[in-house]
Amino acid sequence: MLLYIIRRILFMIPTLAAISILSFAIIQLPPGDFLTSYAAQLAQEGDLVDEEELEALAQRYGLGQPVYVQYWKWIKGIATKGDWGQSMEWQKPVAELIWERLALTVVLSMSALLVSWFIAIPIGVYSATNQYSILDYSMTAFSFIGLGVPGFLLALIILYLAHSQLNMNVGGLFSEEYMLAPWSWAKIMDMLAHIWVPMFIVAISSTAGNIRITRANLLDELNKPYVETARAKGVKETKLIWKYPVRVAMNPFFSTVGWSLASLISGTTLVAMVLSLQTTGPMLLRSLTAQDMYLAGTFLFMLSTLTIIGTLISDVLLAIVDPRIRLEQ
Amino acid sequence: MEQARNDHVLVDTDEVLLEIRDLKTHFFMDQGVVHALEGVDFTVNRGQTIGLVGESGCGKSVTARSILSIVPPPGRVVQGEILFHRAPTADRPGETVDMAQLNPKGSLARSIRGGDISMVFQEPMTSLSPVHTIGAQIIEAISLHRDCSQEEATEITVEMLRRVNLPQPEGVLKRYPHELSGGMRQRVMIAMALSCQPSLLIADEPTTALDVTTQAQILTLMQELQEEFGMAIIFITHDLGVIAQMVDYVVVMYLGEVVEMADVNSIFYDPKHPYTRSLLHSIPKLGRKSVEGLTSRLTAIHGVVPDPYSIPKGCPYHPRCHDAVRGVCDTDNPTLHTLPGDHKVRCVLYDD
Amino acid sequence: MSQQEIAWIDRTPDIPEGPPLLEESVAEDEKLFVASYLQLMWWRFIKHRMAVIAGIIFIVLYFIVALCEWVAPYLPETSFIQYQLSTPSRIRWVHEGRLQRPFVYGIKTERDSETLKKIYTEDKEVVYPVRFFVRTEEYEAWGLWSTDRHLFGIDAPIEERSLGVVQGQGLFILGTDRIGRDLFSRIVYGARVSLTIGLVSVIISLVLGLILGGISGYYGGTLDNAIQRLIEFIRSIPEIPLIMALAAALPIDMDIIVRYFMVTVLLAFVGWTGLARVVRGRFLSLREEDFVMAARFSGSSEIRIILRHMMPSFMSHIIASLTLAVPGMILSETGLSFIGLGLRAPAISWGVLLQEAQNLRSVALAPWLLLPGAAVVISVLAFNFLGDGIRDAADPYA
Repeated sequence: MLLYIIRRILFMIPTLAAISILSFAIIQLPPGDFLTSYAAQLAQEGDLVDEEELEALAQRYGLGQPVYVQYWKWIKGIATKGDWGQSMEWQKPVAELIWERLALTVVLSMSALLVSWFIAIPIGVYSATNQYSILDYSMTAFSFIGLGVPGFLLALIILYLAHSQLNMNVGGLFSEEYMLAPWSWAKIMDMLAHIWVPMFIVAISSTAGNIRITRANLLDELNKPYVETARAKGVKETKLIWKYPVRVAMNPFFSTVGWSLASLISGTTLVAMVLSLQTTGPMLLRSLTAQDMYLAGTFLFMLSTLTIIGTLISDVLLAIVDPRIRLEQ
Repeated sequence: MEQARNDHVLVDTDEVLLEIRDLKTHFFMDQGVVHALEGVDFTVNRGQTIGLVGESGCGKSVTARSILSIVPPPGRVVQGEILFHRAPTADRPGETVDMAQLNPKGSLARSIRGGDISMVFQEPMTSLSPVHTIGAQIIEAISLHRDCSQEEATEITVEMLRRVNLPQPEGVLKRYPHELSGGMRQRVMIAMALSCQPSLLIADEPTTALDVTTQAQILTLMQELQEEFGMAIIFITHDLGVIAQMVDYVVVMYLGEVVEMADVNSIFYDPKHPYTRSLLHSIPKLGRKSVEGLTSRLTAIHGVVPDPYSIPKGCPYHPRCHDAVRGVCDTDNPTLHTLPGDHKVRCVLYDD
Repeated sequence: MSQQEIAWIDRTPDIPEGPPLLEESVAEDEKLFVASYLQLMWWRFIKHRMAVIAGIIFIVLYFIVALCEWVAPYLPETSFIQYQLSTPSRIRWVHEGRLQRPFVYGIKTERDSETLKKIYTEDKEVVYPVRFFVRTEEYEAWGLWSTDRHLFGIDAPIEERSLGVVQGQGLFILGTDRIGRDLFSRIVYGARVSLTIGLVSVIISLVLGLILGGISGYYGGTLDNAIQRLIEFIRSIPEIPLIMALAAALPIDMDIIVRYFMVTVLLAFVGWTGLARVVRGRFLSLREEDFVMAARFSGSSEIRIILRHMMPSFMSHIIASLTLAVPGMILSETGLSFIGLGLRAPAISWGVLLQEAQNLRSVALAPWLLLPGAAVVISVLAFNFLGDGIRDAADPYA
């Protein structure tokens, strides 16, 4: 098992390298280098352009040198000093800006993932075992609505309904007084009071998909001979369903945790913009429109890394729950 | 286990264990109703081995599932009786249960299933749960039907695994099905089926998926175990060689009906129904000679089993039958005639 | 086998060879069951009621796409300057207690004395009947000829003040936007962009998917491994952030048409992996099939095997996967344009239209600005149901 995990971690390295190259390519995408725009921006704001500072920055990031040198300096900075580059819009090192936002994104996506499973699995199992019942039909209908209504639209509608019907603002993750406050117990409680609306919005779209997957997987498994064996043994029907076919039907779920994390992060990005959440989405958009490329590239790099770690976790989980996979190692 | 060894001495083979009367099981599909069983009658005595023979799709497996009341939806037993005579135990007197009338999910049906009647399936590769250990799956069966602790159940499991000649039964306990070969898995299935000492074992083509050597081993094992445990066996197969080796009495089915039944010798030496005759002729055999002394050709049964939605009128076998009589066979389905020697056949050729 | 068996075989009476006596009665019955693959697929498809409804909606939607100038009562840029953020016109049937052909009342404009906001009410004195095939604004049909017939509208006089700005009342069945443009007309024009961008990008990703997935599944080995790594790599990057980053690199002042194609290519570039996996999976399983083996033994060339033998047997699956991939593309485009990185005004797509609904204040004032979202939902659902129906029908023997 340990060997398997180590091997999977080693497998991650080339992927991470590829992602870093892609992120760096995206940093390089806008025309001109960032120093020129930085200088232009400083000038525009009426600040004095400190030639020495510019020179130091150029030195630090290898600007003006070949691309691979720049890449090397960038990646070395990250690996050795945790230096992710400079955000020119915020005039701060990127590292100072991203962590809180990334953490909130992870919290939001993970909780949405769990909520979605808790809703989807029982419903999917019910739908599969009571095929063509009224509840099966209504759940199928619900899952199609979840499939058809994109998260950001749902967020807009809920925002509007909460405003017009309840006169409530459901946007944001914090009340105003905690927005900029340092982390404290009270701030966490405040966040918990706010997080459930975005969490459910993000969860609903993936819930719909999960219900469909659970239902389809379970329908496949229900006709397998081992279910009949268990039935011939005299096992109680409810226990039988949950112990045998559901158990097997859940395996693909574990193997897709990684991918669902990627799609949840995607979904969260747009929802976060509508609900103005303090997650990565809005800041990524702002950095992209402002061509604050070190910040944008770092976000892309980190979000992808999160997904890769998610995939690793899901592979390990799958190996734990499915003895057949364990054998293949 | 000691008790089990003593049990078989008491088996009285004249005592009726299972009576099936006019059993009809239909499948209610979108496209129409499939009459999987159209009035099946036969009887199984204690300790007797019955062979159920026929081509694929003739209702053998549905009969087995009807007996256990595990017919998969949209199938349903619509008519008939499945009388199971339960032997008395320490806690309760003997009783007769009609499996056709029981709620399939109810506790009585469940206690008979696996406890008094158990089943070995065709596909040893997929009939065991891939995500549970062998031990867990057998122990579950034992704990469901026998009043014993987890440790005792484990002991019985190890003993059963030993009885089916699996090497290192303690090791097998912790294995997963995919770590065993097909033959080993079928041994596990047999161990599981016999772990609660059922009085009836239904074996649904237990050797079809195995290679020939393993087949022979499994068949021998089943014979030994039957001698030891004394259970009756319903052996479902289309392999007549297996029938000749294993069973006392043969029931030949065609399209959900019993077309002929008799003891094994009568079926093989004196088959009456044209279908049975064709079936016997479709087996390749070494050293078989025709009249001229040359090796005769193998005769396949002409045509295929008809589509389940369009069963031919009259005798369902008449389109494939060499002895069919126009105006008779294609209009009325004959009834089951009893010939001397309690040989039953459903064919107009034997009308008086 | 036992001695017993050998004995019985020699004793059983011989069976005549050749067909049985009453064979013809089967042959007749069997004719009933001969139906072509396409026919079987069609039978199965029409049994799927939701898929049939979705299919009809699909046809209507693409009919609108083809004829949007004619379906829309007004040009998308026509600004009814007096009627900004006008509520949707109610189509009525009863005037002064009498049932008559559908009509709308005139719109009276008042100003709220406190907030100074415009309030629109119905002027029961003025009646504009709703007619089919009315003549209003002139447009170029497919850029070929100019006409002024529209599918429906009202006979209200409008007068052009300056370019695109008109005086007079229109038929606003879904209300108007911030500068008085008819929302329904804009949604209809938006359909042309939103519904084609999904289709085109799916076709581009199909080409990518077929080539790479096909190579991967057919040849296997190192090539397969490399392509699988590439797919895994692309899939491990969250889709929306990646498209955002790429789209942000497009120059802001790009031509509308060029931008449309760039966005399409971007969507395809990120979205081809799913289709490639489907193709690869099919190829892998087909490669082992006996009929492919048989074709190879009989000396067919690789290309011929792929095109003549393998393609037909997974075409239906590919079509189903394609249909199911379109909604994702539509949603991505909508999302991207919604946050301002995809298409930009003056281009019209549902995402661009939804941008107007981005802040709570405008939605609270004019909730009908959310309606382009309804168009998105309807078309996404239609594609999903249609794809499901095709997928189920693709296996008529299952």
